[in-house]
Amino acid sequence: MTALPTRKLEAWRYTDLKNLAAISFVEATPTKIVAPLPDLGIPRIVFVNGTYNAALSTPPDFLSSFAKVVDESSLPLVQINAAHAHDGATIDVPANIDAGAVMLVSYANAEMPMAFHPRHRVVLGEGSKLTIIEVAIGQGVYWHNPVTDIILHEGAALSHYRLQDEGLDAFHLATIRAQVAEKAAYESFSLVIGAKLSRAEFHATLSGPNATTHLNAAQLLRGRQHADFTSVVAHKAPNCASRQTVKSVLSDHSRGVFQGRIEVARVAQKTDGYQMNQALLLSPHAEIDIKPELEIFADDVKCSHGATIGALDPEQIFYLRSRGIPEDQARAMLIRAFLTEALEPVTNEAARVFLEDTIETWWARK
Amino acid sequence: MLEIKNLSASIGDKEILRGVNLVVPDGEIHAIMGPNGAGKSTLSYVLSGREGYEVTGGSAFYNGQDLLAMEPEARAAAGVFLAFQYPVELPGVGNANFIRTALNAVRRARGEGELDAVAFLKLARTAIKNLSMPDDMLKRNVNVGFSGGEKKRNEVLQMALLQPGLAILDETDSGLDIDALKIVSEGVNALRGPKFSALIITHYQRLLDHIVPDYVHVLAAGKIIRSGGPELALELEAHGYAGLEAA
Repeated sequence: MTALPTRKLEAWRYTDLKNLAAISFVEATPTKIVAPLPDLGIPRIVFVNGTYNAALSTPPDFLSSFAKVVDESSLPLVQINAAHAHDGATIDVPANIDAGAVMLVSYANAEMPMAFHPRHRVVLGEGSKLTIIEVAIGQGVYWHNPVTDIILHEGAALSHYRLQDEGLDAFHLATIRAQVAEKAAYESFSLVIGAKLSRAEFHATLSGPNATTHLNAAQLLRGRQHADFTSVVAHKAPNCASRQTVKSVLSDHSRGVFQGRIEVARVAQKTDGYQMNQALLLSPHAEIDIKPELEIFADDVKCSHGATIGALDPEQIFYLRSRGIPEDQARAMLIRAFLTEALEPVTNEAARVFLEDTIETWWARK
Repeated sequence: MLEIKNLSASIGDKEILRGVNLVVPDGEIHAIMGPNGAGKSTLSYVLSGREGYEVTGGSAFYNGQDLLAMEPEARAAAGVFLAFQYPVELPGVGNANFIRTALNAVRRARGEGELDAVAFLKLARTAIKNLSMPDDMLKRNVNVGFSGGEKKRNEVLQMALLQPGLAILDETDSGLDIDALKIVSEGVNALRGPKFSALIITHYQRLLDHIVPDYVHVLAAGKIIRSGGPELALELEAHGYAGLEAA
């Protein structure tokens, strides 16, 4: 098996997998469901401990069976996934279809430490549209190592909303690779509240003119949680736009990481790249590491990045409390307000309500 | 009824209030005037429960409840409302959502039912109309991009909807043009009644032309040094605080 990456690799400088490496995981086996699965009344694809569960699923008609893929990626986690993947969702929407919305649920129940490595694949034909609401939940010690490959043909639009709400002893290391063709749009938002240690690594390639992508995220962490958002956006054609707004709310001893790289090829003139990373530190022990990188070979581009780190404003809290709003609720409102910009790509109403409810109850979860 | 007895308070080791005595019975409006640094804003913050002020002596009771022992939100639920001198901007928080959350928090604390979005909007639109405010006031983020006058009007809108028993207006007239001053004054006057009292903190006489107080008190160096009827405000306007202290 390929070795886990260590902090000696630049891409893994801020996220240490030694606690993961110290655990002996067994292959995941099917299990019983002991928690309610989210249901938004739309088609639902359910994986239990990494294996497709037909009884719990109400699959859309464009779901096809899993086919093992050959992968020559140099990314260590993708290699590990390729060696172990035995299941995953394969979604293939033909051209010019509005395929609506679908849920992709991963549920884990680990009685002993186990690992699963699903391989998902989403292909949208020319001019097609789809919304995926992905939710990862579970309990026990486990390692969820999904790789999701997304191919968007000309003019296709995928809205991809992810809720990572894994159990607090879990490791979640997701890799998402998106190929975005001419005039196609990959719009994503990730809400990260779960797992002991997690990373979402995005590789978006804008390969045709006027392709666009949003890679937004909100990370809400407490205790000793660690969450890493890493992105590489490759602008390989002219007139493409990429937007990344990542917000972290860090309490207790939690730690957030943002690494974002924008690569602009020589041909990618008129590139519009934007990166904003903001952190709200709710505790003097919380920590955020931010590493933006721009690699620009074209001469007519607009690329910007910004980072801010702050705390909740006591004046704002007092203003809300003076109007009768209890302190906890006041904090929750201000946290929600802080996250507003990150949620912009969430245009699907059901997804928005679902994610906003999750955010609003996060503060009270404790 | 608000009863303040021998109230002293400091910020850090600086003593600001040095034994304030004041009683505001229900149905009355009292004005507090005084020079800069007299402790006017400190009094309003101590009464509403802002952090950073240490009460070093005395008491403040409202309707028999010990205000100084209560959290700010509990004071609001008990009917105390502070109209801020500098209303705070809340980017990302919609004004309608803010006011509805506040109103429902207060209603919940008082054991009343909560209002849903539709019922609230109906109520809020009526209040906005009564105060001659622009319709988009509810849609914008709280105080973000508001002019000084709009911020103060937004305070009055919140007051109109929260229906406090005791309103403390901290220099609500500062930065207001004459039209806004009228709107703000009408908002306060509309609440006047046997169950409503107000403490109006101001530098100038002009607000008191529109909201005529029952009593005027002069706060200087942390103490109330003189009290009288509305004519006292006119005297101050004519002779200034310096003249008064010399007298």
